[in-house]
Amino acid sequence: MELDSLYQEVILDHYKRPHHKGLMADASKQVVQVHHVNPSCGDEVTLNLVVSDDRVEEISWDGVGCSISQASTSIMSDLVQGRTLTQAFEVLDSFSELMASKGTVVGDEGLLEDAVALAGVSKFPARVKCALLGWMAFKDAALQGKEGEKS
Amino acid sequence: MTLLDVQSIKADFPIFNKKMRNDARLVYLDSGATSHKPLQVLNAEREFYTLHNAAVHRGSHLLAEEASAAYEGAREKVAHFLGAAADDVVFTKSATESLNLLAYSFSNTNRGQFALAAGDEILVSEMEHHANLIPWQQLAKRTGAKLRWFGTTTEGRLDLSNIDELITERTKIVAITHQSNVLGTVNPVTDIARKAHACGAIVVLDACQSAPHFEIDVNSLGVDFLAFSGHKALAPTGVGVLWGRAELLAEMEPFLFGGSMIESVTMEAATWAPAPRKFEAGVPNMAQAVGLGAAVEYLTSIGMEKIHAHEKALTEHALQGLQNISGLTLIGPQSTIDRGGVLSFSLEEIHPHDVGQVLDQYGIAVRTGHHCAWPLMRKFGVSGTTRASFYIYNDLADVDALIDGIAATKKYFKVL
Repeated sequence: MELDSLYQEVILDHYKRPHHKGLMADASKQVVQVHHVNPSCGDEVTLNLVVSDDRVEEISWDGVGCSISQASTSIMSDLVQGRTLTQAFEVLDSFSELMASKGTVVGDEGLLEDAVALAGVSKFPARVKCALLGWMAFKDAALQGKEGEKS
Repeated sequence: MTLLDVQSIKADFPIFNKKMRNDARLVYLDSGATSHKPLQVLNAEREFYTLHNAAVHRGSHLLAEEASAAYEGAREKVAHFLGAAADDVVFTKSATESLNLLAYSFSNTNRGQFALAAGDEILVSEMEHHANLIPWQQLAKRTGAKLRWFGTTTEGRLDLSNIDELITERTKIVAITHQSNVLGTVNPVTDIARKAHACGAIVVLDACQSAPHFEIDVNSLGVDFLAFSGHKALAPTGVGVLWGRAELLAEMEPFLFGGSMIESVTMEAATWAPAPRKFEAGVPNMAQAVGLGAAVEYLTSIGMEKIHAHEKALTEHALQGLQNISGLTLIGPQSTIDRGGVLSFSLEEIHPHDVGQVLDQYGIAVRTGHHCAWPLMRKFGVSGTTRASFYIYNDLADVDALIDGIAATKKYFKVL
């Protein structure tokens, strides 16, 4: 069924047992918090990010949403945790490209790991924004963190 | 059961020839968002362009005369549909525009009953569509008036227990939905209007989910204004209706200014044409209005009472089916009493988007999300619901397809 290209087993696994879900509460750290919503469906994600020396030291999130948005945020968190912001943005760019591909790209598994399972989402235009919700929240938080460092 | 002859109705709707994903037939359960259009409507629109197209109310040529007659003829048909006089029917581009027209018109004046100020109150309800909430929020903001609202009971009815506290001498406007687009609840409009009028308030009715589905008579409803959209009532997009009491329309200031809506213009000032023209600035959406005329004629030819009975039978069948599904929570009235054919539900932990996606594999079109009623979603503690809504082209087999589709959805997400 066409549906199986959307709901791969690995996506359902992340949905059932999301990684990095539950906001960390370490007051000693400089946390950037962002809140993103998908206005068309009401899905929400709150994301906490700790960056030190240009590296993602800790990422955590909470939110409500469909299997795609929840799994995608879980996968994204795994991918950026511990990476430098440059590396994380490389992954993000690659994922954004995959989502915009309308099903024509399979994705770089070496770079995207579990996120290639979301390739099928790009064939369902209405769901692309679900897959991108957490990633855009991360991007926002990372950029805000950078701004904060400069000022 | 008093069902319509759906097979012959469907023959008027070309969209049902379309094959959906996996070659499934179309099971369209999203008429609450927009309805499909019968050939009679499409042909009326096409005929306007192919035979009569001209700017209405101007020009001295034959086409202008015919276009004006077609446009005004549509107004008469809509008026007849509502039990109203033609001059009290204003064509807008949408119900959203109709409601904004009121809210802006009311703030374009500083005199009489439309003028609002600090100390005045506008009353809405928690079950309003954003289109009948935000224009009033903004009007309150512009004028200093206070926005108040009826709550919702756990069954999804309006909470009228504090109505005497809510409708007082301070209440200037009561804007309320006839039928909730999420819950299907039909509100006791006439009772509310009576109380509101006793306090001198103006009553605005959002009839988007009612006018296409059951008989409306503006006189017996007892409201002052009524808005509905064409596209939910078999008509094209781009045309909406605002009905208002003649004496109020006469008093109101216009909202949009420009051509067609004037009586006389100098470089310094202008005066307005009488209603409805004063509210129809610019060349209107003529072909769409003509399409709406054909649509209400089509509905009337079937009979609004029969349509209501048909949808009630479908709703009865759907309620039974849905209530038997374990893990399914129906949000809204659990019986067909004072409720229409709009059914919202949650399905265990499966997100509405995921439910909708699986149903789509079977050709079943439902609405998922917050249905432009975010405050109501918060009230029921959900981020969204899955919503099925019925119309004249749905039959019992469509309801059964939904029930089977939900079972398939549960099976697909068995892992959860």
